[in-house]
Amino acid sequence: MSERKIRVLVAKPGLDGHDRGAKVVARALRDAGMEVIYTGLRQTPEMVAEAALQEDVDVIGLSILSGAHMVIVPRVLELLKANGQEHVNVFVGGIIPDEDVPRLMESGVVGVYGPGTLTEDIIRDIRQAVIGTPAP
Amino acid sequence: MSLASSVLAGERLALARLLSQIENDHPSGRAALGELFSHTGQAHLVGVTGAPGTGKSSLVNRLAHHYRHPPPGVSQRKIAIVAVDPSSPFTGGAILGDRVRMRDLSGDPGIFIRSMAARGSLGGLAPTTASMVQVFDAAGFEIIIIETVGAGQAEVDIARLAHTTLVVEAPGLGDEIQAIKAGILEIADILVVNKADRPGVENTERALRSMLELAHPTRRVFKHHGLNETIPMPERESNDDSLWVPPIVRTVATQGDGLPELVEAIADHQDHLEITGERQDRDRTRLQAELELLIQGNLVSRWRQGISDSQYQEILESLIARQISPHQAVDALLDGGQKA
Ligand SMILES: Nc1nc2c(ncn2[C@@H]2O[C@H](COP(=O)(O)OP(=O)(O)OP(=O)(O)O)[C@@H](O)[C@H]2O)c(=O)[nH]1
Ligand SMILES: [Mg+2]
Repeated sequence: MSERKIRVLVAKPGLDGHDRGAKVVARALRDAGMEVIYTGLRQTPEMVAEAALQEDVDVIGLSILSGAHMVIVPRVLELLKANGQEHVNVFVGGIIPDEDVPRLMESGVVGVYGPGTLTEDIIRDIRQAVIGTPAP
Repeated sequence: MSLASSVLAGERLALARLLSQIENDHPSGRAALGELFSHTGQAHLVGVTGAPGTGKSSLVNRLAHHYRHPPPGVSQRKIAIVAVDPSSPFTGGAILGDRVRMRDLSGDPGIFIRSMAARGSLGGLAPTTASMVQVFDAAGFEIIIIETVGAGQAEVDIARLAHTTLVVEAPGLGDEIQAIKAGILEIADILVVNKADRPGVENTERALRSMLELAHPTRRVFKHHGLNETIPMPERESNDDSLWVPPIVRTVATQGDGLPELVEAIADHQDHLEITGERQDRDRTRLQAELELLIQGNLVSRWRQGISDSQYQEILESLIARQISPHQAVDALLDGGQKA
């Protein structure tokens, strides 16, 4: 019937208390017509995976500024797989050192975005990823 | 195994998937609902409505937590939460933020939270909320809590869907006028004055109480007795069994104050519905309304398939040129549809 909506979970794992960036992205995605589930600060990987399952999202956007991305991201991916949700596209934003980017991409992350990324680029990549991987 | 039987078997991914199919009005979702429908009708549906920011989500968080961690001797219940937030009328997008207040519920397999966007619907619920609730009902969730958009308007849709509707007010919103305007009292089974830690609770409660007295002039005797006090149910006279006076319950959702009283008020209302037979009446009315809405939709689309665009345009033009009246146009169109 109606055009299929892209559902995105925007989560802010880790212990740092800044979610301004995550909120800016959430609003931009909404303005691009997506439905954004916003879960707020200090999410554990378990909380992220649980919300992703209940909300049946197409995309997870993780905003990580704490430097713990090499711990958090693999754990989220592992839990998604365990839940049968390996089709979910995971994007990571925040302060990610260049040398970590290839490792994240190899582990299954679809895109990594540093500070100053244009939201249009994120929107374009999400659309491409979701339309390229229709839900099974 | 079909999606429906996986849902009945308690598989959470299947449930999440089916909810999406229902939300997108996908034919396979409709088929699954057909398989599941005979399993519905068990859950108690609790609606939570009220102006933006009054603390609905915080309250839902506490309520669900309370049902999951009941006092000794009370059984634990499986809880589903459906939280509706507005869609942007311009882009169709939405930010669904109710989960932010529901962190305490994470990691509990007896809880399932689903956020949904209103998708153009104006009544505080989304077009498919009722169907999603049916899926949760069939899946064995015993209490289903539905948080509305919170337009602060008379949200009749939730009163129609839920068995027990909570209207949440908070001090300092210009409550008096707001509540009268919104006609919100008519839909309330329980009035919650949340943020009772804030100044102005007394005023909010007084305003609500005086309006209740207007609505129930015979109930003036029931006065407030102190913090977290629920108005006791009136002594039932034999001819007065069907009367329910909405109690006013004070809460502080952030601390959990007043929650036992709120849970008790919900249980009292549930009993009231059972005893008076109102539960069946409500279910009946709701299903009939749903049926009629579906009939309308189906008849319109069937008729639309039976008439050509040119026929339709031709009659529309005659109407616009004022050669025929709207009623004559309808007659011509319906006849045309029949012949086609
Ligand atoms: N002081 C106080 N603050 C509260 C109470 N309950 C909720 N809040 C705060 O009020 C704000 C809004 O709470 P929510 O639970 O998100 O309110 P809501 O009605 O769900 O909001 P919308 O879904 O946006 O309409 C949050 O900052 C809460 O922490 C309370 O009892 N006392
Ligand atoms: Mg809310």
